[in-house]
Amino acid sequence: MIESKDVMKIADLSRLTLTGEEVRLYSSQLNGILQYVEKLKELETGGTEPTSHVLDLRNVTREDRATASLPVEDVLRNAPDPKDGFYRVPRILE
Amino acid sequence: MSVRYETVIGLEVHAQLLTESKIFCGCSTKFGLPPNSQTCPVCTGMPGSLPVLNEKALLFTIKTGLAMNCGIAPFSRFARKNYFYPDLPKGYQISQYELPVCERGHVEINTGEGFLTRRIGITRIHLEEDAGKNIHEGAGPYSFVDLNRAGTPLMEIVSEPDLRSPKEASAYMRKLRAILRYIGVCDGNMEQGSLRCDANISIRPEGSTKLGTKVELKNMNSFKFVEKALEYEIKRQTSAVKNGEAIIQETRLWDTSTGKTHAMRSKEEAHDYRYFPEPDLVPFMPAREWVEEIKAGIPELPDARRVRFIAAHGLSEYDAEMLTSERALADWFEESVKLGAQPKAASNWIMGELMRLLNEDGISIEESPLAPAGLVELLKLMDSGTISGKIAKTVFDGMYRSKKSADQIIKEQGLVQISGADELGAVIDQIIAANPGETGRFRAGEEKLFGFFVGQAMKATRGKGNPAMINELLRKKLAGN
Repeated sequence: MIESKDVMKIADLSRLTLTGEEVRLYSSQLNGILQYVEKLKELETGGTEPTSHVLDLRNVTREDRATASLPVEDVLRNAPDPKDGFYRVPRILE
Repeated sequence: MSVRYETVIGLEVHAQLLTESKIFCGCSTKFGLPPNSQTCPVCTGMPGSLPVLNEKALLFTIKTGLAMNCGIAPFSRFARKNYFYPDLPKGYQISQYELPVCERGHVEINTGEGFLTRRIGITRIHLEEDAGKNIHEGAGPYSFVDLNRAGTPLMEIVSEPDLRSPKEASAYMRKLRAILRYIGVCDGNMEQGSLRCDANISIRPEGSTKLGTKVELKNMNSFKFVEKALEYEIKRQTSAVKNGEAIIQETRLWDTSTGKTHAMRSKEEAHDYRYFPEPDLVPFMPAREWVEEIKAGIPELPDARRVRFIAAHGLSEYDAEMLTSERALADWFEESVKLGAQPKAASNWIMGELMRLLNEDGISIEESPLAPAGLVELLKLMDSGTISGKIAKTVFDGMYRSKKSADQIIKEQGLVQISGADELGAVIDQIIAANPGETGRFRAGEEKLFGFFVGQAMKATRGKGNPAMINELLRKKLAGN
């Protein structure tokens, strides 16, 4: 059973600000999902391997070869406050 | 009344892999390039970009697992470790959680008591991506972020809580570094951060089997700091427990300038990583033949080589341990022996003169201007009596500095040993004649004056006199014959 405080904790971890109304809405929606999973649990899965991936593929790799990177101007194009080739952010350490 | 405490330490070692490109994209892993110049949509976490695993990163991890006696998982997969930090552009790190590439291994460490070794368990080795780098110095109210390092392949090697002292912890670190360098998967450079270490440390009353509350230590970027931080932490925890205070489970940072650890400011949810299987990467099932092939490519490792050096070359435990600590050093030694050097003599010259010169210049054995053949030439000239042991050091220095052959240096500087009885006899006659007082006292029984005459003879021959000949002639002539 998901409670309001669980939703608020997840929102906090996800850096989301929710209104009281949203917390109530998501609590009820998340509980609906969990009820559905509870229902699925009724299935007999003792002999089934857990699914790691929905694609039936294994061992997809690339060769270790360096290829061209993006020009720095392009890399920083989405950065709101670049400086001297760096991303500039509010100071992390106090 | 006084309870003795035992220390329990486990290490998490991060090793950057020596691949050319990053773990999930083709950007170069080169160190020291302009900020953000080695980045692309994958390693900056642009929407819609997809990771593809670098095969060599997987191969290196399997190779490391095999070299550290681990089992290689027939099935492994990646997981997302979710947290927010400016150096982590995706908001999650692609790592491994419940199905790592390698599990349950061990390495042997030297305990420092005689030459006893102790087996230290390795819980797991997993593969993950490194984060970028944050720069705070000189940034005022800001921090700067450089994502060149983001996506560098990183192995995390987790030990069992088997280590019992700071000395053992650093011995374990050194052993891991030696193995990683032997198999060529990591350069082991702690200053540049290609080898990093976090420690979990707790204390408990001796004899207890229950683990105490552990503290995680970070920011120790040299073997010395690993030892110092752990030593400080043992003192801190012991005195806290003796004063009846509880140990708080927390992360502490080693501060080099104060020589202390201090608690890191932590957010409550810092450890709530909400791992889940990485949907952008399919699982890995390394073929048995591939694993066998990787195993066949592992060179002789430091432990085996040390044992062989003792058995085959008659070296002491200490010498063998030192020489095999670096693969290139052991290779240099074996090459000189192959070329005809007497093993003990080669070992002494390498660990004495050669290491001294290399350390002075701050360079590694790979960069040595002197090749094994040079040392062998020098040893032969000593054996044949062409030069004395004392002069050999001068010649060795000259060979190292000038890259000239021993022969050439000896000729240019006129360093050939004087062994002729006539030539040396004449020198000694002169010394006796010039020092009648000392000669008289020696002949009257003042035996310790013999050293004075030897010194005079060496001085007169500028160190080139054959010491054995000088001794013999002095004895004869001082006795009055």
